[in-house]
Amino acid sequence: MRYLPLNEEDRRAMLARIGVSSIDDLFADIPPPARLDGDIEGLPNHASEMQVERDFAALSGQSTNAGEAAFFCGGGAYRHHVPASVDHLIQRSEFLTAYTPYQPEIAQGTLQTLFEFQSQVAHLTGMDIANASMYDGSTACAEAVRMAARITKRKGCILAPGLHPHYSQSVITSSLGGGVQVQAMPAAMGADAKIVDALDENTACIVVQNPNFFGELVDLTPLAEAAHKVGALLIAVTNEVVSLGAIKSPGEMGADIVAAEGQSIGNGLNFGGPYVGLLACRDDRKFIRQAPGRFAGETVDAQGKRGFVLTLSTREQHIRREKATSNICTNSGLCTLAFTIHLALLGELGLRELARLNHARACALADRLAAIPGVEVLNESFFNEFTVRVRGKAADIVELMAQNGVLGGIPASRLYGPGKFDDLLIVATTEMNTDDDCAAFDAALRSSLQGEAL
Amino acid sequence: MAMNPIGRPTSPNTDDGAGGGFETFSGSQGLMQQEPLLNEVGALDKCGVDFASGPAARSRLGGMERTAQIGLPGLSEPEALRHYVRLSQRNYAIDLGLYPLGSCTMKHNPRLNEKLARLPGFGDLHPLQPQSTTQGALALMGELSRWLCAITGMDAVALSPKAGAHGEWCGMMCIRAALEDRGELETRRRVLVPESAHGTNPATAADCGFTIDELPADATGRVDMAVLREKIGPDVAGIMLTNPNTCGLFERDIREIADLIHEAGGYFYCDGANLNAIMGKTRVRDLGVDAMHINLHKTFSTPHGGGGPGAGPVVLSERLSQYAPLPYLTSDEDGWKLIENQEDVEGDAKPFGRMCAFHGQMGMFVRALGYMMSHGADGLRQVSEDAVLNANYLLARLQDEMSPAYEGVCMHEALFDDVFLKGTGVTTLDFAKAMIDEGYHPMTMYFPLVVHGAMLIEPTETESIESLDRFADTLLSLAKAAKDGEVERFSQAPVLAPLRRLDETRAARSPVLRWQSA
Repeated sequence: MRYLPLNEEDRRAMLARIGVSSIDDLFADIPPPARLDGDIEGLPNHASEMQVERDFAALSGQSTNAGEAAFFCGGGAYRHHVPASVDHLIQRSEFLTAYTPYQPEIAQGTLQTLFEFQSQVAHLTGMDIANASMYDGSTACAEAVRMAARITKRKGCILAPGLHPHYSQSVITSSLGGGVQVQAMPAAMGADAKIVDALDENTACIVVQNPNFFGELVDLTPLAEAAHKVGALLIAVTNEVVSLGAIKSPGEMGADIVAAEGQSIGNGLNFGGPYVGLLACRDDRKFIRQAPGRFAGETVDAQGKRGFVLTLSTREQHIRREKATSNICTNSGLCTLAFTIHLALLGELGLRELARLNHARACALADRLAAIPGVEVLNESFFNEFTVRVRGKAADIVELMAQNGVLGGIPASRLYGPGKFDDLLIVATTEMNTDDDCAAFDAALRSSLQGEAL
Repeated sequence: MAMNPIGRPTSPNTDDGAGGGFETFSGSQGLMQQEPLLNEVGALDKCGVDFASGPAARSRLGGMERTAQIGLPGLSEPEALRHYVRLSQRNYAIDLGLYPLGSCTMKHNPRLNEKLARLPGFGDLHPLQPQSTTQGALALMGELSRWLCAITGMDAVALSPKAGAHGEWCGMMCIRAALEDRGELETRRRVLVPESAHGTNPATAADCGFTIDELPADATGRVDMAVLREKIGPDVAGIMLTNPNTCGLFERDIREIADLIHEAGGYFYCDGANLNAIMGKTRVRDLGVDAMHINLHKTFSTPHGGGGPGAGPVVLSERLSQYAPLPYLTSDEDGWKLIENQEDVEGDAKPFGRMCAFHGQMGMFVRALGYMMSHGADGLRQVSEDAVLNANYLLARLQDEMSPAYEGVCMHEALFDDVFLKGTGVTTLDFAKAMIDEGYHPMTMYFPLVVHGAMLIEPTETESIESLDRFADTLLSLAKAAKDGEVERFSQAPVLAPLRRLDETRAARSPVLRWQSA
């Protein structure tokens, strides 16, 4: 077995040194009725690297990957170009095969990049500070809600009509253990501003997504003001962080906590994970004390040299146990590294240009689709994603388009369940799309609509 | 894994007696290059990415343009490469040497699995593409489920949890849902958790709304059965037990524990962090477990990546399968299907909710299945055997100079206390830092909490006997040096790392969590 360095002679010598006669003497504590004799049932024996690679290549080929199609899916996961140097750097052994940086003297590579990550996320979101990341945007959102409840010592949480349905469900599920009462407003387009009507003195937080799930831009400023007036917090959610290169940051609009999905920068689609959750907030002792997850902080070593450590860990489960702010015991290390390197390559100039390109592509595509009979673009505003109403069921149309090599967006009913928004199709475009892709989409949508009508 | 000494941040001794060393003009020391922060080497007008021109368009941003400066420094590609390669060289890593972090399982990460995860049918697939176009990926999830169920003997698996702690939460929420279904959620509030448990266990149970009742260990490092019998009652929701436990010992009475919990109407949650010691040797089903998370990043070697991402699928017994969260996988003659919405749930299924967006850590699923298929049934058993053999070999080599916390053989990790350092003036922390100067990452220290000055050593199965011998020789030399009164070797350590001991107290007292211009 290529991954196991010991040979039979080593094993015999080691057993002798230990003073036992067989390997099973070391497993003697397993109760006899539960011991396995022989190999695990139903599984094959070891396989060569070549064989495993062959098997996986065959499985990989059974799907239509994004690169094989004209691709327009978003809904919380976006296909952007990741420079080759990013993947090269994150595969360096010293980053890839390191553990959590608990011994800071020999983990400054990880710690300094986490500090750079936190600085970037703070700039990007317009917030004072950010943590070292969460699992993904949805879990960051659920943690932000619980954090807001602890800060305000209130229970009410109101979810905006335009919040990603998976995020809403994740918040609701995470509230089942107590501490938070969630009110999810009925999903709708153009309705996020109505959230202020639901505010009262029990409200800990309102959760508003921008751009929202339908792609609409939401001015958070009046919502933040209304929330603050009754002592509640505004949690701003962003699925597509590239948008922050073009639209006002949540910090500029008065957000108290930001929960975002960072996948768009540095990370591939990966069929939904691993991704990287961003969590940022105001620089307020009360906020920091109640924040979940890890922080890297600056300090000095015994000779006064600058260095970085994991800090403020007295909030965390390994110290506080059942009184911890969260049970989270990790961050999304390697995904944060990919994010940080990609964003360092982009910088201010590159991010703005990338955002401009995304928006320009989306504008051109929206105009093009609006010209198709049976298609209506519903958004008044958008960044790189918008919603269209189609004649017929969007889910059926998407299936038909897929047969023509076009992955033409996400039917809203996929997330809201059948019978809800059946005729809404959510379409995203990025710098990856070519004019040919848009032409293929146009043609496939036209023919699928006709197919639907037949 | 907790590494801080019992949670207290430490400050270094600034009295610099040893090391000192040769100061260079540049701040670099040979191959160890000085490297400032991104904000100090980058600039707002630098960029390492070129773009094609796009269509011209009228803005639809609704008057929400970001006009103020964002403040993001950029780098050209050569500068970025150099910056991050230099930083990488300040990290210890498995590929550099033995990484004996007990309970963390730092084993070799096969590069084949990195290649597999990047195949376009897994890496370049959108989670919300039509399911008819993602059958290969769903089949992979199905195959992973089959392997996990075969290894554990369990009935079902929930794949979406994103890490071990997320998996714990999934399993405990299944238990919560089952109790609610039985109408006993209000009366069963108490969860039993051994004192030696990882901190995530009590934190998770509390997140689910349960109260925590701690179980002490007996003199052999295992659950004290007499106390357990006293504490079990009709208000107990369940027990969260790590097996092998965090002392590196198999819970001999585990079947009796399961019987006691079940007879009292509760459920048995097993923390599967240490499954790597027993796979192929026993199945958790046969131990009476109802739910267990599996850390794919430990047992099945998906890389730790400097602290994630991991994955924590949960295997469930027949009693809990129906409560698995959305989404879950089914199959019929038309192929694989992910059930994603409450409206699509059929049969007995009563999912307790949704834990996150999309379907879980696909990138980790691919790597873990690649690891499992490479090893096969025979190799996975050999992994457990070699992991346990390596740990016992180290225990045998070290036990005369260091002090094992418990008598007898161990499983995949060997636990020592600090009795052997008594009277030397050297603490567990000092001993660990001295290992850094010797070229090793320290073992897990001060955990589990039930052992004074704990040192938990897990070599894993991917170390050769030569590597184990070199490591043991080094530890024996250090133990001897401590006993011989060479306190400075320890109190000043490390002196050869890129940095000396860091001031954690200062970091916590006046937090600096982001770059600020001077």
